[in-house]
Amino acid sequence: MLIKLIETFGKTIIRLVKSMGRIVLFFLTGTINCFVLPFQFSKIIDHTWFIGTKSIFVIVLTGLFTGMVLGLQGYYSLIKVGSEEALGYAVALTLIRELGPVFTAIMITARAGSAMAAEIGVMRVSEQIDALKTMHINPVRFMFTPRLIAAVISFPLLTALFNVVGILGGFISGSIMLGINRYVYMDTVIQSVDINDIAGGFYKSFVFSVVVTTICCYRGYYTHLFSGFGARGVSLTTTNAVVQSCVFILIFDYIITFFLV
Amino acid sequence: MTVPLIQFIDVAKRFGTHEVLKGLNLSIYTGEIIAVIGKSGTGKSVLLKHIIGLVHQDSGQILIQGEPLHQLSVEKVRSFQNELSYMFQDNALFDFLNIYDNIALPLVENSKFPKARIKEKVMTRIKQLGLMDAEYKFPAQLSGGMRKRVALARALVTDPKIVLFDEPTSGLDPVRKKNVHSMIQEYQEKFGFTAVIVSHDIPQIFNIAQRIALLDDGVIKFEGSQKDVLESHSTILNAFVRGDDVPDTFD
Repeated sequence: MLIKLIETFGKTIIRLVKSMGRIVLFFLTGTINCFVLPFQFSKIIDHTWFIGTKSIFVIVLTGLFTGMVLGLQGYYSLIKVGSEEALGYAVALTLIRELGPVFTAIMITARAGSAMAAEIGVMRVSEQIDALKTMHINPVRFMFTPRLIAAVISFPLLTALFNVVGILGGFISGSIMLGINRYVYMDTVIQSVDINDIAGGFYKSFVFSVVVTTICCYRGYYTHLFSGFGARGVSLTTTNAVVQSCVFILIFDYIITFFLV
Repeated sequence: MTVPLIQFIDVAKRFGTHEVLKGLNLSIYTGEIIAVIGKSGTGKSVLLKHIIGLVHQDSGQILIQGEPLHQLSVEKVRSFQNELSYMFQDNALFDFLNIYDNIALPLVENSKFPKARIKEKVMTRIKQLGLMDAEYKFPAQLSGGMRKRVALARALVTDPKIVLFDEPTSGLDPVRKKNVHSMIQEYQEKFGFTAVIVSHDIPQIFNIAQRIALLDDGVIKFEGSQKDVLESHSTILNAFVRGDDVPDTFD
């Protein structure tokens, strides 16, 4: 019984170490290839279009409603202590420091990360990755590197968009609907935010872009090892990629916040 | 005596508990067309994947022109692999690329040809394989037969010296099958490449293959020319060629 328990524990540790080794190698290969000529401009543009441009609508929508909810909740909390004029301050800082990067990353994971995992997973099960190898094309460079660069470009830009739209959402619910002076709202927004808050948000979105792309592409690339072949394997891969990405976004959010504050 | 281009010596391969190759011996000579036949699931594709480097043997040796593959320098392995091309059983076409881009991919990614030269080479293959109207379509928009031809065009576009065909005619109608066989034969005569064809097209494959190897139960049970096949008294070979149910133990 005890031996079996130790065996199981040992196997789990070995599997974990192997998995960590694989993901580190996968990430390093993809990162090193960002600097290897020729640059894959057309692929980077394609993926930036997919990850970035095509996410604008969902980011605007979630940003707007997040800001509106913050405006509402913030107003009713602040009015209790007679500080409703500080709404702009609360909305802007909450969005820029915390909710903007996290919500943006989660929304992109749901929209583009799942698609990355599924597409690469299908490529694995239909031997397209093997076909790349037989053509002497590095599959990690071909599939992961352009997506990584595209994500690093897209995440901070979409985070900025989310923040701006969120602040506007707070303005709609706080000033237009609940009657806070619009100049006061905008003034507190401008006064409260300094460059360190904005930089902190961008550090987070940069880290999230790397985390999400690495996890989603890695899960897709090794679909056959984790989830098996076929449609079921790809669907499991996609689910796991999204869940893991979201969990790691929150873990890294805590770690970065810990070092920033 | 001629040194084989590729030689399998006692190659064994196991996936989990399933032993696919059990000490396989096979020689492939430069410039020949060799057909590997055998029941489904006997490891024919695994054999091809050993040559291209997608799968590595558990034991035994693979010699390239007399030298063990694992002892070759990186440059030699790369040079050997650059001469290889592989046509997958299920085509393995890229869904996100149109037909032109699928065929052009190995040239775009690896060659230093100018765009015009790449276009010329790709269009030549497209015309030869009757894919003119499908140039800008995506694989999902094509029939199974057309996808097969696209895969064939992609395998031949780099003018390889060794081409590995994994069931190149499966899913094609008899006319297309004949065309593909004729094309392989014609190209082989024209360019002199070495072709290893995994096929179930019996007896058609005998017309183009100079040698036939029967893989069964993880080993080569028969090796010979078309004439040898016809004259063979091998129970397993005759049963397989006739399409009879093959008992487990033979010869």
